[in-house]
Amino acid sequence: MRILTYRGTPLWRDARVLRAVTQIVFVVIVVAIVVYFVRNVFEAADERGLKLGFGFLEEEAGFPIAESVIGYTESDSFRHAFIVGVVNTIKVALIGIVAATVLGLIVGVSRLSSNWLVKSITSVYVEIIRNVPLLVQLFFWYFGIFLLLPVVQESLRLPGPIYVNNRGVFSVWANTTSSFDSWLLFVLGGVVLAVAVRVILGRIQIETGRNTHPNVAAALALVLLPTLGWFLVGESPLIRETPVLERFNFVGGARVTPEFAALLTGLVVYTAAFIAEIVRAGIQSVQRGQTEAARALGLSDAQTLLSIVFPQALRVIIPPMISQFLNLTKNSSLAIAIGYPDLYAISRIMINQAGRAVPIMLLIMAAYLAMSLTYAIIGNIYNRRVRFTER
Amino acid sequence: MTTSPEILKPPVITTGPIGWIRTNLFSTRLNALLTVVVIALLYFLLRPSLTWLFFDAEWAAVTSNLKLFAVGQYPSDEMWRVGVVVLIVSLLAGLSWRVWSGVARTFARAGGVIFVAMAFVPLSLDSLDVEARLWILANPFVIGLGYLLARVINVPPGRLIIAWAAAFVLVLFLLRGSGWMPGLPEVRTTQLGGLMLTILLSVVGIVASFPLGVLLALGRRSSLPAVSMFCTLFIELIRGVPLITLLFMTQIILPLVLPQDTFLDFIVRDRVMRAFVAITVFSAAYMAENVRGGLQAVPLGQIDAAKALGLNGFNVTLYIVLPQALRAVIPAIVGQLITLLKDTSLVAIVALLDIVGIGRSIILGNVEWRGSQREVYLFLAAVFWIFTYSMSYASRRLEEALGVGRR
Repeated sequence: MRILTYRGTPLWRDARVLRAVTQIVFVVIVVAIVVYFVRNVFEAADERGLKLGFGFLEEEAGFPIAESVIGYTESDSFRHAFIVGVVNTIKVALIGIVAATVLGLIVGVSRLSSNWLVKSITSVYVEIIRNVPLLVQLFFWYFGIFLLLPVVQESLRLPGPIYVNNRGVFSVWANTTSSFDSWLLFVLGGVVLAVAVRVILGRIQIETGRNTHPNVAAALALVLLPTLGWFLVGESPLIRETPVLERFNFVGGARVTPEFAALLTGLVVYTAAFIAEIVRAGIQSVQRGQTEAARALGLSDAQTLLSIVFPQALRVIIPPMISQFLNLTKNSSLAIAIGYPDLYAISRIMINQAGRAVPIMLLIMAAYLAMSLTYAIIGNIYNRRVRFTER
Repeated sequence: MTTSPEILKPPVITTGPIGWIRTNLFSTRLNALLTVVVIALLYFLLRPSLTWLFFDAEWAAVTSNLKLFAVGQYPSDEMWRVGVVVLIVSLLAGLSWRVWSGVARTFARAGGVIFVAMAFVPLSLDSLDVEARLWILANPFVIGLGYLLARVINVPPGRLIIAWAAAFVLVLFLLRGSGWMPGLPEVRTTQLGGLMLTILLSVVGIVASFPLGVLLALGRRSSLPAVSMFCTLFIELIRGVPLITLLFMTQIILPLVLPQDTFLDFIVRDRVMRAFVAITVFSAAYMAENVRGGLQAVPLGQIDAAKALGLNGFNVTLYIVLPQALRAVIPAIVGQLITLLKDTSLVAIVALLDIVGIGRSIILGNVEWRGSQREVYLFLAAVFWIFTYSMSYASRRLEEALGVGRR
């Protein structure tokens, strides 16, 4: 009689071996393809005399940039030009995110209004804006609105005074003086005091049930301390500067270029429509019982919305909202279509000037990926906090 | 002594026009205020806009260039091919009306009405000549023909899907043509333009990105760390950068990355094909995330049951998981098609002549039309709106029909 001996699973059927082999083969194929592509790039670069290194970043850029937050001249380096672009992108993205959130919240709440007129108008707004490409909207705002505004001599005058013409928006602005820095300390102190007052009084109210008016007290602190500081620092820390019409254009005050205005308007109007839908879905996700209970406790409509519905809706609203913020930032790259010098537009000029397509493309990708990563991290932190407080 | 009964006011009227206004516009003090403010705003915004729209707007830049907007610089002698392509789609739409009814019926009917309206649109014959009008007018009849055909002969739904797929290939072949076919000379890709290019880019983009997206989604959920890490990295890299950088990268870097003078030259040397590559890769990353959502919706019990029946890993995925997952993501894919249709407008920035690119070149190319910016962009917005809004309507109806989220 033969004895059957168990010899173990053969290699080609052993799950562990199969997994290891599959992964090794996969990695080898991917690496081979990447190496092949990179070799092609080097060969093609050699053939066409393209240079690949990043050394050019220190060279003089030599091209003008229409607007910059941090100052720029043509003799600055390519590196500085690129940073100007990054800062311009961040500027339009940050202002855009704040404005789009405010507009989106208003529109989202309005879509659920009991007022038929408000409800219909906001629905029409959302349905039109979401279904038309952003690029077309940007072209419309820039070429169809901002560039067709009256010429400088016939500027529209809004109260302020703010002048609007086809060269941009010129607004009265506050210039800082030597005492501004010391006044800033008072402002910061006011903020700190306001937060402290809000927290302490709020805690007392919760513990005792007595109405301590925490919000009113905080607002008072926020206003009083800077006002006090304004008179204490001696010279007025801010001076009003009005734009004045000179021969060709307005001088002084703050200027918003038509390119920036069109880009910001387009991005805000477009993104707000998406945020409005997120807000609406978030509010609708809160159970009706919550609203009814709040009403039964005698809260007003506004109180119900602000202290009962919104805090619960936020959990549903925030994650998709953050991805809208990312979309807004990425969409700001359409600036190139209307001539606002953002990160992407400046990089395109750099490619033409320096002829280094590959390294500059890598820089662009790295910059956008860094921004995406920032949003992803913020989103993850928020999600973790929400999960902890979930009951 | 009894207190005299309190005299109540008559109840507030809540019916009829006055009642409607009261409950919908003036129900509370805040609502009344809102109504007044909104009406005032509307008056100040709409009055000048409508005056401009109906009295001052010059639509010549649009009406004189209808052919450019529709097909770009497609050769005039070959226009019949575009006509045939539209007729093929109409025929299939008619068949689908009968076979699927539902959304297909709505679309076929709406399409018929739009074709009739286009054929008799009150524009001069210079803008839209008699021949073009006849081609357009043939479509409603072909839709009807398709409907009747499906009534006479029995068309199973499976066949119809195959017919649509075959038509997709046929349409591409017909539009491009080829050197060796008599009567079908080759049309260069740069001659494909206008709305036709916009639709081609997005539809081909969705179709081509579908298999790639499914593979990436499966890869991301793979239990093999090397595979899932690579797929995750790829998806997040693509989703992290704007489409415009991808478009630009394929225009500039792709010719460097790919080898010269090989069978790949049809991509390396062709601007439109390179844009296709960018759109496909971009769309695949988003498709992968949609499909992943569908994969996660498949209950684990399904996989356990399939394994218990003796199916191996590959067959479990192919026959059990994917069919259920893909069914759940159909509305999401329609949503992605809508996004893609809007996003393809970015090819105008890399100097391709899609419908937006055509609009820009018309404005920049002719002094006569420099002042018609508003009109041209409003027209573009209207065209996009019609397409995307009807598709999002279809997506909502599909969602209901498939019962997504109800089980």
